[in-house]
Amino acid sequence: MEQNTTTHTAHENYDPISSKLGMWLFIFTELLLFGALFIVYSVYRYRNPVAFHLAHHELSITIGFINTVILLISSATVAMSITAMQKGDKKATLIFLAITLLLATIFLINKYFEWGAKIHHGIYPGSEFLLSLSHGDILFFGLYFFMTGLHAIHIIVGMVLLTIVFFRVRNGRINPDRYSFLENGGLYWHLVDLIWIFLFPLFYLIH
Amino acid sequence: MSELKPHISSYGSHLFVLACLITLTGITVAITSVQLGAFNTTAAMMIASTKAAIVLIYFMHLKFDDKIFRFMVTLVLAIYAIVIVITFFDYLYR
Amino acid sequence: MTGNIIHHQPSYLEYQGRYKGLLGWILSTDHKRIALLYLYSQLAFFFAGMIMGVFMRLELIAPGRQIMDPATYNALFTMHGLTMIFLFIIPGLAASFGNFFLPILIGAKDVAFPKLNLFSWYLFVGGALIVLIGMFTGDGPPDTGWTFYAPYSLRTNTNVVVTVFGAFVLGFSSVLTGLNFIVTIHRMRAPGMGFFRMPLFIWAMYGTAWIQLLATPVVGITFIMVIADRLLGIGFFDPAKGGDPILYQHLFWIYSHPAVYIMILPAMGAITEIITTFSNRVVFGYKAIAMSSLAIAFVGYLVWGHHMFTSGMSETARWVFSLLTFLVAIPSAIKVFNWSATLYKGSINLQPPFWWAMAFIFVFMIGGLTGLVLGSVATDVHVHDTMFVVAHFHYIVFGGAGLAFFAALHYWYPKMFGKMYNKRVSNIGLLVVFIGFNTLYFPMFILGIMGMPRRYYDYLPEFTFLNQISTVGSWILVTGMIIVVTNLLRAKKMAPEFIDNPWGGRTLEWKIQSPPPLENFEEIPVIDHGPYDLVKD
Repeated sequence: MEQNTTTHTAHENYDPISSKLGMWLFIFTELLLFGALFIVYSVYRYRNPVAFHLAHHELSITIGFINTVILLISSATVAMSITAMQKGDKKATLIFLAITLLLATIFLINKYFEWGAKIHHGIYPGSEFLLSLSHGDILFFGLYFFMTGLHAIHIIVGMVLLTIVFFRVRNGRINPDRYSFLENGGLYWHLVDLIWIFLFPLFYLIH
Repeated sequence: MSELKPHISSYGSHLFVLACLITLTGITVAITSVQLGAFNTTAAMMIASTKAAIVLIYFMHLKFDDKIFRFMVTLVLAIYAIVIVITFFDYLYR
Repeated sequence: MTGNIIHHQPSYLEYQGRYKGLLGWILSTDHKRIALLYLYSQLAFFFAGMIMGVFMRLELIAPGRQIMDPATYNALFTMHGLTMIFLFIIPGLAASFGNFFLPILIGAKDVAFPKLNLFSWYLFVGGALIVLIGMFTGDGPPDTGWTFYAPYSLRTNTNVVVTVFGAFVLGFSSVLTGLNFIVTIHRMRAPGMGFFRMPLFIWAMYGTAWIQLLATPVVGITFIMVIADRLLGIGFFDPAKGGDPILYQHLFWIYSHPAVYIMILPAMGAITEIITTFSNRVVFGYKAIAMSSLAIAFVGYLVWGHHMFTSGMSETARWVFSLLTFLVAIPSAIKVFNWSATLYKGSINLQPPFWWAMAFIFVFMIGGLTGLVLGSVATDVHVHDTMFVVAHFHYIVFGGAGLAFFAALHYWYPKMFGKMYNKRVSNIGLLVVFIGFNTLYFPMFILGIMGMPRRYYDYLPEFTFLNQISTVGSWILVTGMIIVVTNLLRAKKMAPEFIDNPWGGRTLEWKIQSPPPLENFEEIPVIDHGPYDLVKD
């Protein structure tokens, strides 16, 4: 695939700092992407403080808390898989990655039930029941579904990425001499965690 | 940028960081049940920022990587903060 | 000066890779070929946009209906804006000349991520296709203007969703290009080339890349929110559901104002290179120009609100934005003063690229000075949403970035193709373009002050005369553009010459053969002096 024109030195030379820098820059774009949504959130919360406070009672702090802990643990396991790789322990790397993927799946299942319950109660964007509520409620749940939805998409992308990492570790394409892809997958996963760290208090813990 | 041998964080340090993060999550949940007025939101956001900083510094390895990464992250967050402040010049005074 | 360059390597144009013909281009990860892919697609879109503009001017030649109905006119100005902005000038100099010369100017063989670079081009073409699909399917092309202001963009029946999604994809392409350039600049400079030994075009590209990276995601997600509003009825920007349309304007301009700097910064960088080369002097105030690029990028990020002075923002926000806006004048002026100081007592070589650069400075000054009128709240409210604004941004975007695009094309053409165009025809073409440009856009300033609103299909009889002048100007401008481009196309058919350094340039691209060999440098150069120092090779 890469020999179609030439043997570029950029392909031959493996530069982990370049790829890490590229990944960080990509993470910045993701931060700004969610950043814009946090601006929208804060403007609407500022304009509808009471409605936002009342609406958040619909969300279960317990599920939010569990999901937060799940993501934090998965973040730690991904970090530990990098440690294992640096120590040259392939088996541990694979185990930590598998745990991460498992936790991500549990997170999504929780999310599915959480969303399902809301939708069952008639609360979803554009629903008749939601439109009969106040402006603040419409915006709160609009933002809730949009932001957690976008976050869930990021979880799925992260899972795809980590699955690729998993198989590449297994067949040795990612190895202790060359593991930027694992590192970058990890960085992406931490980003997903980072965003959730803010989503949790903003949606579940309004006082 | 220096290309030194990468720093290897130990499993134990990761577990310790994780314990801190979960504790902070517990605190932030506990604090919502206490009446602190406007300080509730401030506290929640401060705890969230602390957690985010811990993730950035330890899990995302900013502490051990080249300082250019730290510099860039700080810069981006600063610019974002300025944008929020400027946006609120509109909403706070409307 | 050209004596020591040996021509024995096949150029990037001749090199035969694994694929032949067209596939050898669209599957190539060579930054130079990708640059040409961008260049050709951008020029094609430019001409498409120009034709739309000509039809709009034709409609406005007299009051009342001339050649189209109002709905078509609305679609036309929307598509003209979308094409010119998202498909021509935002990729602009960065995607074409940036791709071609950024690696060469820093002494690298390619960008940091060549495959990602090709992928960006695919996203660009894909986004353009989606926009095109949006034009011809559904209930017709959007009629919202390129700004997609809510709530109208949520209510109109036209095909907003598809078009907005196309713009989102184009934004993605822009982000990846910026990312690639930043990593390249950080990691791939030749040995000895510190940050302060980089040519100033690279500094400008560096600032641009950061804006692309940090501003584009904001509009990306905003577009997705518009789509969600339309498809799911969420109501982010719908006042009937509590949304705030002014917040849409905030988010839109948080990107779209910096986007102006995505267009103009590389243009300024190219102009700096041209002026330095043709005045045969070391650039005046190297560090000041380098820093002013970053300063423009930074301050430019914080001034978006000056597009919204009449939209209902708070008083405080208005003066804050007005103040910040005036701050941008400082780094911009630093550049213009340093260009003048570079020219002063230089041994000026009057070649076509230099004339283009001079034309750029002239119209850019008019654009900049009228910008003061718009940046100040008190005067802006009188001319907001009038033809004055249309004139101002065409002076900046077309007169500034657009003319610089052609200046760069004439400057680097011999390097890119190893051939020289007819200089006399080029100068005549520029003269016609210059006359046409001013005849077309200057009357709009007066029309605006007289009170003719922008984006209107019809107008009062007293505006007729100036509108007619303007329409005649559009014909002259098109004639000039045809002369210029035909001249360049004809040159491509000529036999190659050995013109490695026709202008006496001192930066790295002039030290290799024209057209450059596949890997740019036989061996990576070691840099031991500043980019414009007059040293004997």
